[in-house]
Amino acid sequence: MSDTPLPPRLELSGICKSYPAVVANDHVSLTVAPGEIHAVLGENGAGKSTLMKIIFGAVKPDAGSVRWNGADVHIANPQDARKLGIAMVFQHFSLFDTLTVTENIALGLAADVNMAELAEQIRQTGKNYGLDLEPHRHVHTLSVGERQRVEIVRALLTRPQLLILDEPTSVLTPQAVQKLFVTLRQISAEGCSILYISHKLDEIRELCHSATVMRGGKVTGHCDPAQETAASLSRLMIGAEPEQEAAAKPHAPGELRLQIRQLRLPRAHAFATPLDGISLELFSGEIVGIAGVSGNGQQELLAALSGEDRRCKPGMITLKGKAVGHLGPNARRALGQSLVPEERLGRGAVPEMSLTDNMLLSHQRAPFVVNGMIQFKHAIQAASDIIGRFRVKASGPAALAKSLSGGNLQKFIVGREIVRNPDVFVVAQPTWGVDVGAAAQIHHEIRLLKEAGCAVLVISEELDELFDLCDRLHVIAKGHLSPSISSRDATREQIGLWMSGLWDKDGDQDAARGQANAAGELASA
Amino acid sequence: MENLAALVAASINSGTPLLIAALGLLINERAGVLNLGAEGMMLVAAIAGFAVGYHTHSPLLGFVAGAVAGMLMSSLFAWLTLVLATNQVATGLALSIFGAGLSAFMGQSFVGMSLTTRPTAIPYLADLPFVGVALFSHHWIVYFSLLLCAAIIWFLYRTRAGLVLRSIGESPESAHALGYPVRSIRFAALLFGGACCGVAGAYLSLVYTPMWVEGLVAGRGWIALALTTFATWRPARVLLGALLFGSVTILQFHFQAIGIAIPSQILSMLPYVATIVVLVLISRNPDWIRLNMPASLGKPFRPG
Amino acid sequence: MAYFSPLLALALTLFFGALLFLALGKNPLTGLQVFLLEPVKSRAAISELLLKTTPLVLTALGLSVCYRANVWNIGAEGQLIAGGIAAGSTILMFDNGAHLLSGGMVLVLASLAGVVGGALWASITALLRDRFNANEILVSLMLTYIAQLLLMYMVNGPLKDPHGMNFPQSRVFSPEFLLPMLVPGSRLHVGFAVMLVATAVMTVFVYRSFAGYRLTVGGLAPLAARYAGFSSRRALWTSLLISGGFAGIAGAFEVSGPIGQVLPSISPGYGFAAIIVAFVGRLNPIGTIFGGLILSLFYLGGEMAQSRLGLPSAITGLFQGMLLFLLLACDTLINYRLRWVAQPQS
Repeated sequence: MSDTPLPPRLELSGICKSYPAVVANDHVSLTVAPGEIHAVLGENGAGKSTLMKIIFGAVKPDAGSVRWNGADVHIANPQDARKLGIAMVFQHFSLFDTLTVTENIALGLAADVNMAELAEQIRQTGKNYGLDLEPHRHVHTLSVGERQRVEIVRALLTRPQLLILDEPTSVLTPQAVQKLFVTLRQISAEGCSILYISHKLDEIRELCHSATVMRGGKVTGHCDPAQETAASLSRLMIGAEPEQEAAAKPHAPGELRLQIRQLRLPRAHAFATPLDGISLELFSGEIVGIAGVSGNGQQELLAALSGEDRRCKPGMITLKGKAVGHLGPNARRALGQSLVPEERLGRGAVPEMSLTDNMLLSHQRAPFVVNGMIQFKHAIQAASDIIGRFRVKASGPAALAKSLSGGNLQKFIVGREIVRNPDVFVVAQPTWGVDVGAAAQIHHEIRLLKEAGCAVLVISEELDELFDLCDRLHVIAKGHLSPSISSRDATREQIGLWMSGLWDKDGDQDAARGQANAAGELASA
Repeated sequence: MENLAALVAASINSGTPLLIAALGLLINERAGVLNLGAEGMMLVAAIAGFAVGYHTHSPLLGFVAGAVAGMLMSSLFAWLTLVLATNQVATGLALSIFGAGLSAFMGQSFVGMSLTTRPTAIPYLADLPFVGVALFSHHWIVYFSLLLCAAIIWFLYRTRAGLVLRSIGESPESAHALGYPVRSIRFAALLFGGACCGVAGAYLSLVYTPMWVEGLVAGRGWIALALTTFATWRPARVLLGALLFGSVTILQFHFQAIGIAIPSQILSMLPYVATIVVLVLISRNPDWIRLNMPASLGKPFRPG
Repeated sequence: MAYFSPLLALALTLFFGALLFLALGKNPLTGLQVFLLEPVKSRAAISELLLKTTPLVLTALGLSVCYRANVWNIGAEGQLIAGGIAAGSTILMFDNGAHLLSGGMVLVLASLAGVVGGALWASITALLRDRFNANEILVSLMLTYIAQLLLMYMVNGPLKDPHGMNFPQSRVFSPEFLLPMLVPGSRLHVGFAVMLVATAVMTVFVYRSFAGYRLTVGGLAPLAARYAGFSSRRALWTSLLISGGFAGIAGAFEVSGPIGQVLPSISPGYGFAAIIVAFVGRLNPIGTIFGGLILSLFYLGGEMAQSRLGLPSAITGLFQGMLLFLLLACDTLINYRLRWVAQPQS
């Protein structure tokens, strides 16, 4: 009833934080009003995570001040933050698979609680905010979207005044994202402020009231995202306009290089996704993409393609006409397939070994290995060549894989596979966690491969990347693969629907009606 | 009938140290820490308990000494693995080798000496036919071990502290993110485990074979570790398993007593063969292990 | 730099050892001198030192390969005993006055029998882990207890010397069926030379062969090994058979060398000490010679401490354990990941 304006919920002034190798935060200032949805926008490595850790109490700033509802505060640890009313939903969930939803939430609350009452509270809160949850289910049975709901409900039950969300939509279909936005708007309308960390320009423009843009540890601007264009935000974020892609050269489909026919694979273990009826054709000189939210069978499909999982019938996968479903990785390499796995450290490369030694993971024949003995001179030379050609920032071929940054290691691994001159090139999450410059370079190399006549398959969770690179797209959902669609004809909305498994399975012409009905089925993410 | 009652009593007697040690190890493993030093801890506790019991003529003090010895050994392990983040398996092995050396060293002046201990008969109940001998005429530690089992079941599944412990075993990173002091809780779990192994070791030298010989523990620490896996980290099943192993150990003497013509050395292999069989049976289904085993077991935790 | 940690650990062990001597009422400097220097004072003493390194290094060579592949074979003692039983039985079979084969041939056969015996014993562990995912640490340990009891059984039964006054031991082998000496007049037998050759071979294997590379990758990053198409099953069997074979021949050499018969105990814990040797040597074949010398010294030092200072000989075990502990503490950068539950074989 009073007319005096409320003090800002959170006010950061001149926050500085340095680590031995890098200045993570350089005089960062930020203000969040009560009930405001405030975006923190920036690329990987811009300093967003460090800033959030400071707000959340996990990290202490070297300098600067924090004010909460107008008063100076000192947040020494997460318990202090929680007492103030700050709640955070991390990008990587803090959940316990073998415990129930109720138990998971109980662990996030400060005091000892009555489990039965809590279960009821969870149900109520879920209903109120459109985040339906069954309190007695074990978390390992939940989908990724449902797990996020557990995290959000856990945060809401602490009655926060500030809710921090770190890249919340990386695990959601476009429809589920909309649903989340409805929930967030409701929370903000009730007076809780929201800090929304993301690098997705469209989402921020749609949802957020205000934004702080960071680059290289500094704030490059404060703005109202609704008044900005994607181009102007992008300029603040990476200092340049988003790259104008050269128009995709039209291509005539070449020879059939990789064919998957009705691939069926039961689950390999309790937490895996079974694959059913997957069919795909890949021709030379094209880039085909497979979109999908993580956990829908991508890992299982990759294992079948790489040869790590050999349970398929031979004819289910053919490489250049030869049945390979039952063959291992090296047989497929011999037929001209190269594969870049999703995980760099630990799978694509051995962290404790040098780049030279890591060459031998996929280069196992002459001249690298002769009569069972390793020819080190060749391996060293090959590693040096890759470092030079792909501009990998490393001290040399003897550098340990774990000493390289994510982007540089990815460039090395991609380079290692490209120099094999493959006929089929399969790559998963090519630019995940990679800085913008390296990502652009990797995309460029992939396009070069295509122009040289290679058949390229890209599996990715980033729709932007897929739309940029690919000629044709499939979507994988719950172990099934959609038919392919030209990337020029596809819309994000349609892909989003397909991500929920709602593609035209029987050639039914009433697709429009089907899609309208599907719009109501957006509960499951 | 009398013979059978005596057999049951002996089986319970034999299974008790396994039960106590395995319960302690269960708490360790539920918190996600694997302490392979169980054998070493039991050995050191056995000699410590015996030495104190012998000199003070008080078995109770002997048990306390055993528990303290176990805790000292496990705190050494805890410091290395929790503070310095050394490899849990290698450190546990080191503890066992060190414990073997230390106990042999300390024990050399006690070889061949013996103690007397008295069982605690529960009044009235001990006079019942059959069950009187079988169940109610044991040393008080046996009854204590049953109470311990019940207490652990209550702790794990009905208290918040138990829930927190289980969550740490499942995912220490998540528990840390939620603000729980993972390393302190693991330290406490290790101390408890050490105390249990200590009591179990002291039991062997004070009650079971109330004298000191080398090789007293004879691999029971390792068997207790196998027992925790066999019981899928559930206390009630540990009780059953301990009883099973106790019976197997006793059975070999029974065979020898009734003159079955299998050489005694072959019969002595029985508990070890049984352990292998049990491990094979329980490990066959990898899915099942994934769902039941504390997911972080044996992996180092380095808070970022 | 890689050897800084073991050296520091050794220094600390000696420091704590000195404190121990003090606590036991002995002059620490005298104690260290008796423990460390006496065993290397004379030529006879040095040959004893080298003699003891033979089983330690042989066993540790095999264990290094195993541990590099992330297969935690703790039952080398049992495999050593199995090899000793096999070798001893072979010799006793031919040492019956019939002179079917020459002494040299029998010794070669016996050594091979030792390799096979040890490898067979280790293959039980491999099989149970391959087929049933049973934890190899516990299985190999249980098999060690079983092997010890098997040895007891053999010397009380099938191998017992009929003219031995019912003592549990075999008859003593005739001189032509004992390992020839490298240095006449000493106890240093040809096994020592075999050990040196083996070290050279394993060095090439681990660092230059593709097979060695496969095992190392499998141990450091199992997912990368699968990506590269390396079979983890093959790695399991290869490493266990190699380490079983090495432990087995070590046991064979003990029985046909310094012991000269089959006794109820043919090893004062060499199989366990070899674990420490492997760690001290950083799982590097050349390093195991360094580790072998140190642990051999500890064994002899313990004997010296007993005869000269009246201390319990179990002091050896104490030093061994301390060294391992301190090594782990000094080297908090150990990256070898040991898994408790086996992953299903690919």
